[in-house]
Amino acid sequence: MKHTSVTGRIKGLLGTSLLAGALALAAGSAQAEDKLKIGFIYVSPIGDAGWTFQHDTGRKELEAAFGDKIEIKVLDTIPEGPEAERVTRELASSGHQIIFGTSFGYMNPMLKVAKTFPKVHFEHATGYKTAKNLGNYNARFYEGRYLAGIVAGAMTKSNKLGYVAAFPIPEVLQGINAYTRGAQSVNPDIEVNVVWVNSWFDPGREREAADTLLDQGADVVTHHTDSTAPVIAAEEKGKYAIAYHSDMSKYGAKAHLTSVTHHWGDYYKAIVQSALDGQWAAGSVWGGMKEGMVNIGAMNEAVPADVVAKVEAAKAAIIDGSLHPFAGPVVDQEGKEIVAAGANMSDADMSKMGFYVRGVNGKLPK
Amino acid sequence: MLSIKLVPRPQPSKSMVYLSPLLAIGLMLVFGLIVFMFLGQNPVTAFHAFFIEPVNDLYGLGELLIKASPLALIALGLAVGFRANIWNIGAEGQLILGTIAAGGVALWFYESDSVFVLPLMFIAGALGGMAWAAIPAFLRTRFNTNEILVSLMLVYVAGMVLSWLIHGPWRDPDGFGFPQSRMFSDSALLPLIIEGTRAHAGIFITLLALIVTTIFFRWGLLAFQMRVAGLAPKAAGYAGFNSQYTVWIGLLAGGAAAGLAGASEAAGPFGQLDMAASVTGYGFAAIIVAFVGRLHPVGILFASLLMALLYLGGESAQVNLALPSAVSKVFQGLLLFFLLATDVLIHFRLQFGSSNAAARKAGAL
Repeated sequence: MKHTSVTGRIKGLLGTSLLAGALALAAGSAQAEDKLKIGFIYVSPIGDAGWTFQHDTGRKELEAAFGDKIEIKVLDTIPEGPEAERVTRELASSGHQIIFGTSFGYMNPMLKVAKTFPKVHFEHATGYKTAKNLGNYNARFYEGRYLAGIVAGAMTKSNKLGYVAAFPIPEVLQGINAYTRGAQSVNPDIEVNVVWVNSWFDPGREREAADTLLDQGADVVTHHTDSTAPVIAAEEKGKYAIAYHSDMSKYGAKAHLTSVTHHWGDYYKAIVQSALDGQWAAGSVWGGMKEGMVNIGAMNEAVPADVVAKVEAAKAAIIDGSLHPFAGPVVDQEGKEIVAAGANMSDADMSKMGFYVRGVNGKLPK
Repeated sequence: MLSIKLVPRPQPSKSMVYLSPLLAIGLMLVFGLIVFMFLGQNPVTAFHAFFIEPVNDLYGLGELLIKASPLALIALGLAVGFRANIWNIGAEGQLILGTIAAGGVALWFYESDSVFVLPLMFIAGALGGMAWAAIPAFLRTRFNTNEILVSLMLVYVAGMVLSWLIHGPWRDPDGFGFPQSRMFSDSALLPLIIEGTRAHAGIFITLLALIVTTIFFRWGLLAFQMRVAGLAPKAAGYAGFNSQYTVWIGLLAGGAAAGLAGASEAAGPFGQLDMAASVTGYGFAAIIVAFVGRLHPVGILFASLLMALLYLGGESAQVNLALPSAVSKVFQGLLLFFLLATDVLIHFRLQFGSSNAAARKAGAL
């Protein structure tokens, strides 16, 4: 798996885009009426917070930026598997030239459709397969998690953190481990407990999991699931929470310490611009804080200024490359050294992550 | 004062048995029209987008067939039990087990190009579905448990079994830890029967099941015995029909059909095992299909096409009119709701008239 630098790509695209934009204007109205049709496929309803909501925010930025040069069709609540294949095909055959699919399970269906529509550009989020006309994109969520961990580690009194997690896949483990390491950087005695709910979106089970963690003594919970239930649970119990995907402070004004947020707008704009310029090529992008795809949200007033300063410093260090959330020594639960001191974990190794770092309790489900 | 009364019929109405689903479809369309109007749509455009657009090309027709095929297959199997008052509500779980068993064969013979892989997958699928249906059958015949509850609860267990397999032993070793199996080899995939569509050879299995159940219901002595056992268990006992047998056959037929449908999904549109296979909803929708089709093979065939069209129409309405995807669920719900309502007319008739006259008449009867 190869990851090109997203900034390089975005910058290059912006450069050519200005030129091409001018050319397109000069070309006259005949072409201007040919709108670029774009399709978005979401796995869940858009709602007002969460994974799909953040993608849709990016979609709105796209509309704001390109106005009537593009026409966007949004399809939400499309199940993974064969349904996704039909919907993707329907979009491709009805003249949509770029199709964004934002759920992992769309990968193989999109790959199949991409083969039969070689002229359509397909962009799949969070997968690992690519083709000549199928690009994939993802964000380094773990960078934001590391910063959130600093906040959690500084704010906890019980030294116990709770983590509601969906499925034991590398992306989720990167988050848990980065969060733990961030917390350890300010509070070496921290322990993290994880409850797996085996679903990306299940408010009932997420709530139960958060309640369990809080009852076991955790005083800061976070989640790698899609609902606001863990934040609400913390608010009701007078504890703290760190939200994921979106700012969820309206669901827990007191509990909500901060959030790890996703930002897809710039990427979407770059892709559409490259398509308008006839420059689009399938890539494999894994962008982080530097590219603005991941960020840490607004801080609660309860977070002291020195903690905010530590987070800001760490953020700057991640952006300039001097801090890597998985810089050696990285040690797993059994004390085995995974990454030696002085080295950073490689992208290839991170994308196959299958262990808990020291400080996380419990056994990783296999 | 004008009133409408329900008056019991001396005999269940034969014609209403067949008219009631048509009436329900009509009412569904009328109410659907009202829903479209409330959503601010021109009803003609909306109907076109919902019912014509999805099937106005060859690909769309292929999609209709591959959605209708598992619905009809499962409904046919369920009808065997339903006719004998055996209420297998867990076809969804039996479908998942069929998918798992067929997928297991495909993964076991990964990279084999033997022509026997596919038939073996279907045998395994049928056995998997039957094994899952055998649990409620055993518990019912042995401990007199309620097969509705047991079969329904096993749906969720089936989903967990699939989840465990693809997070664990059957996870794609080259899949970066994502919960999916490998993609099956070509030998484990059903051939396509219409070029340029996804219509696959699994449809022939549904057609075969259609013929078999037609013959079975029409001429099978066993079908008659099961029906009697369902209607009047004691009478069946005096006639020497074994009611335990009825429970087993009723549940196993549904399980086998759902398992075959699961195998057909695995070897057809899925081509691998992943969690999406546990949320197809075919097993539940097939219950509606069976009842709209009056538990009759030909009726089931038409009902499955209608249900498939409702699914596709919902997507098409989303694409063309930006209507919420829940529209197709609304239509399915309306259909079932009106069917249950109009089925009352099999045993009752409506009487119009002033309340006094009706009361007098009722008194006179």
